[in-house]
Amino acid sequence: MSHCRPSVTKPRLAVEFAGLKLKNPLMPASGTFGYGEEFAPYLDLDQMGAIVTKGLSLNPKAGNPTPRIAETVSGMLNAIGLQNVGVEAFIRDKMPFLEQFDTPVVVNFFGNTQVEYAEVAARLNDVPGVAALEMNISCPNVKHGGIVFGTDPKAAFDVIAKVRKRLDKPLIVKLTPNVTDIRVTAQAAEDAGADVISLINTLTGMAVDVRTRRPRIANVIGGLSGPGIRPVAVRMTHQVVQTVKIPVIGIGGIMRAEDALEFLIVGARAVQVGTANFVDPNAMQTILDGIESFCIEQGIEDINDLIGTLEL
Amino acid sequence: MKNLQTIVLSNQEISPGYFRMRILAPGYQKMALPGQFVMFRVRRSLPPLLRRPFGIFQIGFLPADCEGMAEKEFVELIYKVVGSGTEVMSELHHGDRIELLGPLGRGFDLDDADGDKILVGGGIGLVPLYMLAASLKDRSKTRLLIGGRSREDIITVTEFERLGVTTHVTTEDGSLGEEGLITRILERKLDKYPGARVYSCGPMPMLRAVEAICSERKVPLQVSLEALMACGVGACLGCVVKGRNHSEQNPEYLCTCRKGPVFHSHELDWDRLHQKNMEQGESS
Repeated sequence: MSHCRPSVTKPRLAVEFAGLKLKNPLMPASGTFGYGEEFAPYLDLDQMGAIVTKGLSLNPKAGNPTPRIAETVSGMLNAIGLQNVGVEAFIRDKMPFLEQFDTPVVVNFFGNTQVEYAEVAARLNDVPGVAALEMNISCPNVKHGGIVFGTDPKAAFDVIAKVRKRLDKPLIVKLTPNVTDIRVTAQAAEDAGADVISLINTLTGMAVDVRTRRPRIANVIGGLSGPGIRPVAVRMTHQVVQTVKIPVIGIGGIMRAEDALEFLIVGARAVQVGTANFVDPNAMQTILDGIESFCIEQGIEDINDLIGTLEL
Repeated sequence: MKNLQTIVLSNQEISPGYFRMRILAPGYQKMALPGQFVMFRVRRSLPPLLRRPFGIFQIGFLPADCEGMAEKEFVELIYKVVGSGTEVMSELHHGDRIELLGPLGRGFDLDDADGDKILVGGGIGLVPLYMLAASLKDRSKTRLLIGGRSREDIITVTEFERLGVTTHVTTEDGSLGEEGLITRILERKLDKYPGARVYSCGPMPMLRAVEAICSERKVPLQVSLEALMACGVGACLGCVVKGRNHSEQNPEYLCTCRKGPVFHSHELDWDRLHQKNMEQGESS
């Protein structure tokens, strides 16, 4: 690293990949940001790199019984069960709000079957304000429509290829970490036509109330998120960046600017902030300000000069 | 509705395991409504990770002092130490820095402020009833029924009395007031005042009993629910309860944080509100 750093006052934070133009590499993780409107009182949505919605299915979904969440050491377990309003209600009731902002809208979606995945994608392909789709093949908390596709590379390839055929918009595929070798699923996603890979979704976990001897969440097993999982997420992001040619979005336990920077340095082109949004609805703005300060301090004129600069 | 970086003014144990915390809270006097809550965060980068929801006990002003310190607006929380989060809170002192998100949620519906009122609190569930009692017009016709396991669980009753509210106390062990459950007093009072309106907060088994009594007598009831929640702003969907029209095909899950914490009892599906295990014990 040079000792004589250029004086930077306003670093360029914009990133561009797979046809997506983002003001900065920060976006919320699906399921931690509602449909955006929940956070509008606390956060300027125009400042975000993108907005990522709660996962949508063809029909409304009730979700799991309560209790659905439990705090753990440095994290939380959740088993919400993909509760959502369904794709039609989203387009009708939620999309007009999101369209007000000068920020790309990424719509997360899932299906119970290959056909459902393809149908939801085809429906969203026609919606003008949608910048890209993020395909969830990794939810640990429902029997169908998620992890069954995400843990079998062949099943992942097939369902992604089916969606690809029905979709012109950029396709982000979100991977589960609950596999032996993440590189295999990542390669299958790239081969099937994914434009971008995002990872990681939650790690499966469980917690027990020792007094009642019951699981702390009604679904018994849930997904672990929060700062405790970050080293796992950084490791997997690093491995996937080394494996595929398509851009990667890093996700997992980002609470502070430094956490986001770790992912960018290993080669993620953007990052998603999840559990931190629950802890502080203004978290993403704080992280964004921190990234800007870091660039000024380090003399980085353009955030792209930092991406993938891991020294080995 | 904002995230306030502020300080603790005082934090005292008022009964074994029960603490009363006064927090500097500019703006709360104008914003906070009876029945609303706050999400409390002890410190950044330290456990517990998630904020904790607490009902607001009261808001007020600390007068300017003779040393030129200006008038201070405060909010008061009363909490019971039940887990790691509240344990850390109990160790805070005057001047410690904390964060407060709020005031949040839908409070009590006060459109119907005339006539007899009965407030039913179970233990710490009495907290959101104080601001309600203070804002009811006809306090001479307001009665507070408060129940607990033992005398230690009966808190702040004299403060309700100072408002002009008549109070009735029951404890399960008979160590204070009448021995037994508070719902027995509720039945007695409703026999006498059948046109009363009921407002209640407390443990789920008590709320269920209160609901059964009120619905049988067609007495309007508002309940303030407690729930596990991660965010408090409607995003995590951890705090949902089933609405009256809920079905698998047309799910009607209501977020306790945004649609509540206060509900009209007819908005809820009391038969299937939560899974059974939600009602076992308390969780921090």
